[in-house]
Amino acid sequence: MKTLNRRDFGFDLGLALAAAILLPATKARADDLDVHIDNFVFQPAELKIKVGTTVTWTNRDDIPHTIVSAGKFRSKTLDTDDKFSFTFTNAGDYKYFCSLHPHMTGMIKVE
Amino acid sequence: MSGDNHGDDGVSRRKVLECMTWAGTGVLWTATGGVPRSIGIIDSAEAATAAAPGMSFLQISDSHVGFDKPANPNALGTLEEAVNKINAMPAKPSFMIHTGDITHLSKAAEFDNAERIISQTKLDVHYVPGEHDFIDEEVKLYRERYGRGTKGHGWYSFDAGGVHFIGLVNVVDLKAGGLGNLGAEQLAWLEDDLRGKSKSTPVVLFAHIPLWTVYPQWGWGTEDGGRALEYVKGFGSVTVLNGHIHQVMQKVEGNVTFHTARSTAFPQPAPGAAPSPGPMKVEDARLRSMLGVASINFKQNEQRLAIIDTPLQG
Repeated sequence: MKTLNRRDFGFDLGLALAAAILLPATKARADDLDVHIDNFVFQPAELKIKVGTTVTWTNRDDIPHTIVSAGKFRSKTLDTDDKFSFTFTNAGDYKYFCSLHPHMTGMIKVE
Repeated sequence: MSGDNHGDDGVSRRKVLECMTWAGTGVLWTATGGVPRSIGIIDSAEAATAAAPGMSFLQISDSHVGFDKPANPNALGTLEEAVNKINAMPAKPSFMIHTGDITHLSKAAEFDNAERIISQTKLDVHYVPGEHDFIDEEVKLYRERYGRGTKGHGWYSFDAGGVHFIGLVNVVDLKAGGLGNLGAEQLAWLEDDLRGKSKSTPVVLFAHIPLWTVYPQWGWGTEDGGRALEYVKGFGSVTVLNGHIHQVMQKVEGNVTFHTARSTAFPQPAPGAAPSPGPMKVEDARLRSMLGVASINFKQNEQRLAIIDTPLQG
């Protein structure tokens, strides 16, 4: 699922020009992806992304969740509608889970 | 459901084994020869009178102070209702057990509010943490308040009225894809704690997540809970109390009775009855019949525990 990042609208003219020159970075941002937590499930449960992509998780449950990949990243506890973003700068398989509800697991495959 | 059918206690025992209940209203339980029996739906006054002889204690669970979503926008208010109910009991229980999720987000103000209301019972309260009490960054707020004199992440034991009580912590160091977790250090301590105890000593184990496997698809169980249950197997009377699943559920296996308390904050669905174990939204009029407290009565010299669940509203 592709979304427009809010930061994309924040440029003044000069920055927009700079962004146009730095085309590869802008392109990577356009590929940024979202994972939602609904009903104690990460959706999608598995994502294939390219190096440099930022993934943003949003908790849409009434119960707090976390996003933890051992030794790689760890979110704070996300209350309802809280978000957590992580930019993947290295290739590899990133298994992650909710440390409060460990039966909730997901995977980010970075190429 | 229990797979333990090798007992020789006859039909009534088997009947109990076949029946796991998710009651929506208050049910009086008595236990004869270690087998709990439902007497029927009662109101709190009758329950308290029935529980009067012997030592009794109260279980309260899953207060989720700080929760403010539509399933119950005022979790602190319903905790206060539960406390008022406790204060109105004609026979004062000896003490109280809180089986975790005192707070919703482990915030200092949530712990303060919970303390302010629960202390109105003027009862000693023995706590174990739920996963919601252990989510502040350094996991220190719970331990600062309730961890004094405990081992490891907060486990401990004490004796009261001839019963040996053991508070366990199964919400720490959870593994991806796994269930609740006690861990090797705590299990070693438990084995040691029980060593030398007379097998006729009634034992009450209490922890937040069920020590038995209720519904692994929703994480309702403890990975190494079976190890803990091995250690209490030889004892004549074992009662295992937990919270976490916000509904009354009971099971008997050998001499072990498992019992889950209601939440004082919001109900959760029966296993598999909804897409997730998230808070269950019910009409306002029904909410209080699905919240409540439990009192447990132990009669000296009788291997008998009566568990009485009292909803906030019959």
